[in-house]
Amino acid sequence: MVRWFKPVVFLAGLGPLARLGWKAYMGRLGANPIEVITHSTGDWILIFLLVTLSVTPVRKLTGQLWLIRYRRMFGLFACFYAVLHFLTYIWLDKFFDMREVWADVSKRRFITIGFTGFVLLIPLALTSTAGWIRRLGGHRWRALHRLIYVSAIAGVIHYWWLVKADISKPAQYAFVLSLLLGYRVVAWLVQKRKAASVLARRAEVAQE
Amino acid sequence: MLIKKAADIPSSEITPRSLYLNRRKFLAGAALAGAAAAAGVDLREIASPSSVAQASTKIDGLQKSPFSTNEAITPYKDVTNYNNYYEFSTDKYEPAGLAKNFRTRPWTVTLDGAVKKKQVLDVDTIIKMAAPEERIYRHRCVEGWSIVVPWVGFSLSELIKRADPLPKAKFVEFTTLFDLQQMPGQRGRVLEWPYVEGLRMDEAMHPLALLCFGMYGEVLPNQDGAPLRMVIPWKYGFKSIKAIVRIRFTGDQPVNTWNISAPMEYGFYSNVNPNVDHPRWSQATERRLGEFRKRPTLMFNGYDQVAPLYSGMDLKKNF
Repeated sequence: MVRWFKPVVFLAGLGPLARLGWKAYMGRLGANPIEVITHSTGDWILIFLLVTLSVTPVRKLTGQLWLIRYRRMFGLFACFYAVLHFLTYIWLDKFFDMREVWADVSKRRFITIGFTGFVLLIPLALTSTAGWIRRLGGHRWRALHRLIYVSAIAGVIHYWWLVKADISKPAQYAFVLSLLLGYRVVAWLVQKRKAASVLARRAEVAQE
Repeated sequence: MLIKKAADIPSSEITPRSLYLNRRKFLAGAALAGAAAAAGVDLREIASPSSVAQASTKIDGLQKSPFSTNEAITPYKDVTNYNNYYEFSTDKYEPAGLAKNFRTRPWTVTLDGAVKKKQVLDVDTIIKMAAPEERIYRHRCVEGWSIVVPWVGFSLSELIKRADPLPKAKFVEFTTLFDLQQMPGQRGRVLEWPYVEGLRMDEAMHPLALLCFGMYGEVLPNQDGAPLRMVIPWKYGFKSIKAIVRIRFTGDQPVNTWNISAPMEYGFYSNVNPNVDHPRWSQATERRLGEFRKRPTLMFNGYDQVAPLYSGMDLKKNF
């Protein structure tokens, strides 16, 4: 891929934040700006999580192997917007009233699960460097980073549980997520079968 | 000597107010478009929805009301561009545009059920039943935001007295228009249509319960419930039903739409109550539109005079 492509993708990832900032500056965030900021950052977490999760299937299905070089950036953007989303909540919504925040996190299941999804992203962001992959070893690193599945599921449920009646948007996220996770389940089953048949053949060969 | 008096502008040459406003909108739009093109911004984003809200007709002879609060009134553009009106859209920013061509005339309201005389009244007949008052009320949404609105109307009791309900009428049930052509949100099954709300008779007769047809001194904008809506300031906003076509008097407690949708979350009473949380979020505080910090929510939204209606009732159970 061309060299300038990565910085462009990086800038595009900052686009949603820039757009919010621009609209805020222009006074165009509508009647309830804080709600707009909360919903917008929330949407972008889910979008970046889904984009991150689609890197592997798209690579495998299209053979565009270079895509892997963008996966970390997508994941980090998901975490970045999650931090903004969380900050919006504890600052603009709760004004750092930690007792209230704790009451919310422990009592309200949509917040409990959203918070869980957020917390799970943090170790993934911290161990996203090449150094950490080396330190943990590829196998353990991959195992740890499967937490993104839990985090994405938690994020979608968080959205689902907070809407009043119109579940169409969380349902769209749930649909895409189920495709992406479904791909992995199928891929895993296929591989297991292959491995089993290889073992069986080996056993046959050994018997002969 | 003949002194020629400057002729009055013939009335045919006076630009109608709506055209005048449209022209200003056009100029503002042109300026915006230029700026947007220069900045490379999506026009749909920058076109503020306030340009969509229709200019309305003034209502004359408004009387002041002792029920009015002196709190700061929420800007008109916020109240007309941030609407929970699921008949049009579940997105609060969309009803302003989608309701633009909603037809509010001719419009009739059916009064039936347990009344002496069932009748179908023209909305303009209803509006003229009593002198219009301006009532500046706090309005608290169940979602946790609030506004202060100068509504125009009169007490619902004025209509009820004229409707002459029978003694067995213990409740009032309101129904919103059902019109798939005009209300695109009704094509989806987000809620059971048509929207239904209800009040106990003593609640409906309380002078605070407002039959409303205007705001900010003008005819009600479509996205705010034109031509006729209820405003019940001590209850969560969804009780204040919009675009009413039927008022039915009944002996049984009406089943309101949100109660059907989620019975554990939205009760029949739905009084504003900071001590009874929504199962999924707290109702202790609210964000007044335009304010940065949240403020504490008041019992009955600060309308303590309705407390006697509920004396002896467990408001946790009757949420």
